[in-house]
Amino acid sequence: MTTPIVALRDVRKNFGATEIIRGVSLNVATGERHALIGPNGAGKTTLFNLVSGRFPITSGEIHLGATRIDRLPPHRINRLGLSRSFQITSIFHRLSVFENLRCSLLWSRGYRYSFWQPLGMQRALNEEAERLLEDLNLAARRDLPAGLLSYAEQRALEIGMTIAGGASVVLLDEPTAGMSHSETEHAVALIRRVTHGRTLLMVEHDMRVVFDLADTVTVLVYGQVIASGPPAAIRANRAVQEAYLGALAA
Amino acid sequence: MTVSPPALGKPADGISAAAYALAGRRQSASVIRYWPWLVALLIAIVLPWLFYDWQHGRQSGFVLSMLSQMGMMIIFAQSFNMLMGQAGLLSFCHSVLFGFGGYSTVHFLNAAGAGTLPVPMELMPLLAGLSGLGFAIVLGYMVSKQRSTAFAMITLGIVQLVTSAATMFHHFFGGEGGVKTDREIGISLFGLEYGKSIQVYYLIVAWMMICAVGMYFLTNTPLGRMANACRDNHERAQFVGYDPRIVRFLQFALSGFFAGVGGGLFAITYEIVTFDAVAAPLAGNALLMAYIGGATTFVGPVLGAILITLMQSGVSLISNSWLIYVGVLFIAMVIFAPAGLTGLILAHAPIARTGQLHRLVVPYMRILVPGLIAVAGFVGLVELLSFLTIGAAQGKHLSLFGHPLQVNSVTPWLTSIACLLIGGYAFAWESRHFRRVWDSLTARPQPDAAR
Repeated sequence: MTTPIVALRDVRKNFGATEIIRGVSLNVATGERHALIGPNGAGKTTLFNLVSGRFPITSGEIHLGATRIDRLPPHRINRLGLSRSFQITSIFHRLSVFENLRCSLLWSRGYRYSFWQPLGMQRALNEEAERLLEDLNLAARRDLPAGLLSYAEQRALEIGMTIAGGASVVLLDEPTAGMSHSETEHAVALIRRVTHGRTLLMVEHDMRVVFDLADTVTVLVYGQVIASGPPAAIRANRAVQEAYLGALAA
Repeated sequence: MTVSPPALGKPADGISAAAYALAGRRQSASVIRYWPWLVALLIAIVLPWLFYDWQHGRQSGFVLSMLSQMGMMIIFAQSFNMLMGQAGLLSFCHSVLFGFGGYSTVHFLNAAGAGTLPVPMELMPLLAGLSGLGFAIVLGYMVSKQRSTAFAMITLGIVQLVTSAATMFHHFFGGEGGVKTDREIGISLFGLEYGKSIQVYYLIVAWMMICAVGMYFLTNTPLGRMANACRDNHERAQFVGYDPRIVRFLQFALSGFFAGVGGGLFAITYEIVTFDAVAAPLAGNALLMAYIGGATTFVGPVLGAILITLMQSGVSLISNSWLIYVGVLFIAMVIFAPAGLTGLILAHAPIARTGQLHRLVVPYMRILVPGLIAVAGFVGLVELLSFLTIGAAQGKHLSLFGHPLQVNSVTPWLTSIACLLIGGYAFAWESRHFRRVWDSLTARPQPDAAR
């Protein structure tokens, strides 16, 4: 195994007196497609919120490459090359689809808080946003306010915004939730395409997607990792079957 | 989608900004791109001469002061909208930035008059803007810590704080009486005296255009776009690498520059600044103007500023109750047209595109007539009430088209009530019909965005 790009060391998170994440240690190797599965309420999304800096952790350590990130605000973690999507679609709903993607590119292309550069003249930036639009099959919706997109299109935009900045580590939170079978297939193809050459950590409920996409699967139950390994091993793991896959196997 | 020629009425937050930019690139050198700006400038230049008194060979003082007021209010309302419409920040302390620019300018003018500050009049608004910017940077540190409701609360605290400070710190604010100045400082790039109001008016027009162009430019920069993004979803903005607090801070500071320019023009025009110029009611005015005109568009606050100033200076001449009308208009807009006047106008765009606009003419007439009758009834009642109470005390008499009306007789009251009820009922009835026609025109299969 190569050096992990994301490493969690005994991470704990309490909400009030309730311990939601109960000592999670996890390594995600560079370039790996890592799926995080587990029953409802296992703390998968919470774990994402901790890694991406949305919530502070109670104890433990989180590293991104050589940098310790568990005390950094979300925008700093993002600038270090870790980007995430949201389970509940989180886009700029009044801005056009194109603007959503352009906004997601701005920081990584060095524009910072510039109020002296007219966006219309940033040729390279605009071309890149257009390319992204094509990649996501959203070119036909270019000037539509993002809030008016269909659900599946919003999910595609969500993924597009997550990968736009060129982050080396991408966290996707249930990217195919609520999608029909054919929409899911499209989404999986899209994820495969746009995360090529990056490290992917995803929460996913759809086992077809998990076993289709992931190199490594980690199972989280009640805030603890009960198993981690290649999909085949996880499928064969008795504890996992009992805790989680039982319903599916039956 | 068709690429329509750029117009000022387009949404300011880039919903079609990209299409707009494309269209702009294609005709970049042509005048067409700038026509709305040129038309606005032309109107502003010509307008006072339409009211010129040729008999006595002089400008109408009333019109000129109203237009000047409009000019500075346009700057003020637009700079307010940099926060409300574009960044989703409701600021109650925008008057503080305006007033600070005003107070500073009074002191600059006095210094210039005394010969210690050799700055020409034409650049005084720039100094005012820099003062506004400076103060906004100081205040911005506090207000940018929070957003939404908490932001509004902090700004409310600041406006109260500065208003009370204005009556305490006499050196800068001059206490209750304010600070006076004389704008004839004798330093000008063009050798102008600025004794005449028409010269001041054109100074205002020039700075109004500079500010409008500047603020428009800002809407299409990375910061301007991220302000929109933070307005829509501040959390997501963090996950694309931006610190929403810095976005808020910069947007607040920059809006302070323009508010300061507006305040500077205020000081130059009236040659006195009192604590009214920093107080909350003025900030409330900015809210009214931006909201009634339409906060979602760049040009909305301009319309709002024109309308509110018209009511302030025009309607207040004929009626004691003008504030009631402003209030009712505001409430009606918030309830029925939250996107403001420009929002109402833009709502017709899809119908116009299919060439169906003419089919709305008759339904419009059918709601307009009873609507106007109801409004007349309402105005009648308000005026009767007002003349019954304060009007009598002021010794005024109510008249309609030159005919004196007896406030104490029954007829005008009954007529007003009848107008209000019958007009209101007919309006409600007709608006249902209007709604049906409107829906039938807009419910057509939308032209697919794919094309």
